[in-house]
Amino acid sequence: MQQIIDRRLAGKNKSIGNRERFLRRHREQIREAVKRAVAGRGIRDIAQGEDIPIPRRDISEPVFGHGPGGRREMVHPGNQDFVRGDRIDRPQGGAGRGGSGQAGDSGEGEDDFVFHLTKEEFMQVFFDDLALPNLVRTTLADTPEYKTHRAGFSSDGTPNNLHVVRSMRGAIGRRIALGSQARRELIRLEALLEALLAPPLDPSRRQEIQALQHDIEALRVHIQRIPYLDPIDLRYRSRVRTPVPTAKAVMFCLMDVSGSMDEARKDLAKRFFILLYLFLTRHYERIDIVFIRHHTQAQEVNEHDFFHATETGGTVVSSALVLMEQIIRARYPSSGWNIYGAHASDGDNWHNDSARCRELLANDILPLCRYFAYIQVVEQEQNLWQEYAALAAISDAFAMRKASTVDQIYPVFRELFSKEVRAK
Amino acid sequence: MNHTLIDRPLPAQASAAKLPAPSDWTFELLHQYHEVIRSTARRFGLDTYPNQLEIITAEQMMDAYASVGMPVNYRHWSYGKEFIATDRNYRRGQMGLAYEIVINANPCISYLMEENTMAMQALVIAHAAYGHNSFFKGNYLFRMWTDASSIIDYLVYAKDYIAGCEERHGIDAVELLLDSCHALMNYGVDRYRRPSRLSLGEERARAADREAYAQQQVNELWRTLPRRPEKEAAEKEATRFPAEPQENLLYFIEKNAPLLEPWQREIVRIVRKVAQYFYPQRQTQVMNEGWATFWHHHLLNTLYDDGYLTDGLMIEWLKSHTNVVFQPPVGHPAYNGINPYALGFAMYSDIKRICEAPSDEDRDWFPDIAGSDWLATLDHAMRNFKDESFIGQYLSPRLMRAFRLFTIVDDEKAPKLEVSAIHDEAGYRVLREAMSRQYDLGSREPNIQVWSVNLRGDRSLVLRHTQHNERPLGDSAEEVLKHVARLWGFPVHLESVDHNGKMSRSWRVAPAID
Repeated sequence: MQQIIDRRLAGKNKSIGNRERFLRRHREQIREAVKRAVAGRGIRDIAQGEDIPIPRRDISEPVFGHGPGGRREMVHPGNQDFVRGDRIDRPQGGAGRGGSGQAGDSGEGEDDFVFHLTKEEFMQVFFDDLALPNLVRTTLADTPEYKTHRAGFSSDGTPNNLHVVRSMRGAIGRRIALGSQARRELIRLEALLEALLAPPLDPSRRQEIQALQHDIEALRVHIQRIPYLDPIDLRYRSRVRTPVPTAKAVMFCLMDVSGSMDEARKDLAKRFFILLYLFLTRHYERIDIVFIRHHTQAQEVNEHDFFHATETGGTVVSSALVLMEQIIRARYPSSGWNIYGAHASDGDNWHNDSARCRELLANDILPLCRYFAYIQVVEQEQNLWQEYAALAAISDAFAMRKASTVDQIYPVFRELFSKEVRAK
Repeated sequence: MNHTLIDRPLPAQASAAKLPAPSDWTFELLHQYHEVIRSTARRFGLDTYPNQLEIITAEQMMDAYASVGMPVNYRHWSYGKEFIATDRNYRRGQMGLAYEIVINANPCISYLMEENTMAMQALVIAHAAYGHNSFFKGNYLFRMWTDASSIIDYLVYAKDYIAGCEERHGIDAVELLLDSCHALMNYGVDRYRRPSRLSLGEERARAADREAYAQQQVNELWRTLPRRPEKEAAEKEATRFPAEPQENLLYFIEKNAPLLEPWQREIVRIVRKVAQYFYPQRQTQVMNEGWATFWHHHLLNTLYDDGYLTDGLMIEWLKSHTNVVFQPPVGHPAYNGINPYALGFAMYSDIKRICEAPSDEDRDWFPDIAGSDWLATLDHAMRNFKDESFIGQYLSPRLMRAFRLFTIVDDEKAPKLEVSAIHDEAGYRVLREAMSRQYDLGSREPNIQVWSVNLRGDRSLVLRHTQHNERPLGDSAEEVLKHVARLWGFPVHLESVDHNGKMSRSWRVAPAID
């Protein structure tokens, strides 16, 4: 009739489905918040959760209710000194209007409804924006690959890992252990029987002989019944997964910060760099990032200055490439580092410089790099694009794209990935 | 119902030794405590559904919170919102979780949270498994409106059905529909007709028939082919539809909305059924919580008198009990209206006092129960009332004095608020009536009914709000009307009518083209 049930292990996270529904409904606001967060965060901090505020009116569920006005009578407890007929000023701000405890009186006010997006959910939205295919998402979001190693034996596992010799050895030991007492007893009884059966046969002890024979028979049956192989004998090869050790990489972010690069273009460039960074974290244990910004001169800067400082003036792209090469030679010998370059620009360059850029890349930089990606954030093709296009045709390690919206960034990486796959 | 009323408690069985009272509970101890609480409850004649106590974790408690306390429910974003809010507040330490949730089902399911101490588990068992449980089984509203034995089955059916609809028609379509239904949930209750009882199997089998039949009825209502002339005359007389105003908006929509698909009608019905299940709870807050609080207090004290409980355990649950029944006075920072636990507990205790030791005043006010047998009187009071009538019947002058109750009239036309009654001879009856009205769902929620449908013209639906005390509708009315329009599929009018029958305000909303 009565029962106490332990449900602690059953059905956790029943509300996950409802939570997903909630996120789904507010995906626009969440996307906005993620966009803001991406703009505000450092590249390295991208893989974190985020608090998302949603205006309360957007999540309200309307029901019919009374508005202020009309005649209302309310009963309150805790009368101090009122008597019938007292007149009181209306309290400001609705205090004392509660009473019936209806919605709106909960004291929550009009604060935004804030909730925390987990790291996984955040990345999901971020990838959604970039229109990443699923396969790529999983490779990006996952931790590095694992390799399995043998690590002794365990008592459970899958049949294909069964270790027959070990299992049989265990079985023999068990059979010996379980049968030893019975076997000792059997030997004793057999010796006794032999003594009794030895002539001269004493007819008066026939009964005793029969009893002995019966006992011996029972012991033999008992010994026979000890199972040949028991589930507890089974031993499996145990395998443990260990992460594959990874090497180190350096990522060069090159960006044109001349007057023509406005905030929207910089944001586009930032997403491009973030994606490259995430891609690299998937492959390498340690990643250095070098930020080089340039207009007519190039300069190594920290991340904040890279994205936020504004400069004006003309553009000489080669200055950045020269600086990049210098830094590689000084700090990142290509024997110990995997070097990746990413360059974002609006394609505007001093017209005599573009040919020099191509030469620098082809002769000095690309031989040192694993990969160099150029992204142009405007549609218009200028001489830099044409020079680079010639380079892209002959070089495997060089990719270039135009991306005027964020969802166009990904194709650059598709090439990168397909190359990785081919390399393997 | 083979319940036999007990006039006075059965004899006690004093304990030889006190039950162990460590702060950590064990299953062994839970069984022991449950057993003594059960036998003591039986001595007082508490009639309950069989109990099922479930140990759950804090996370599971939050899950249960989020789905309105039910162990299964269909998926909807609003439950996700609830869950996120609860989860966030709990993690930040802004709120503790309730010690218990109890589900009006047969067997009656009570959740005991893993984190509770032994004393709290004992309190929860007495409160939920015997207090609430006996209320669910005994109170007339619950007996009339809910079917404890089939609710879990029904929710399983609802969850599966709605999941099926999401697969067939898309999550968005189902979500929009549910949003609209939820907006009208409080108007999905059939106040005067008793619902039928069905098991899961029957419900499934009948859903299919119902879809076909309901659609046929709607088609008949909205048919546009000309009818035979002899019918025309009869038809003219009955131009008004519905013949009488309808209070159950969701029922009316389910049966008559022109454009709803059969599956949509079934979902409207599901929301309506769930609303109906919760309807009694909304009407018996004071009675229900008061009853459970009274009984945990009485049962645990009796156990102490019988020598089962240690002093430490008593102190621990009493501390939590006092917190629960604390009534902050008006103006106190924690004041948020009248605490139903405090009022309910005080009222049942007061009824018991009136039975056992009536004063002259009590004899005057309650001649029929003063000096009567308290168990029978309390049982009667629990079974046959709802908050509104319970307060109207049993709130005693003594309690009004103890709570220092007073009423304030807030009239828009008057420049100031007026104190219309206080806890004195002249005010008792006024106070009691005002208090009783305060718990009347009918005056708490605006009175909105289906007034008419334009059958031959633009098919618009007219709702009518009849003002009570000239109180206007809140700003949300327009938003809700959009939901009504979505369900109805054609324009919807809402007229707000004052006590003279004059329309003071009206709204019109046409359905958005999705």
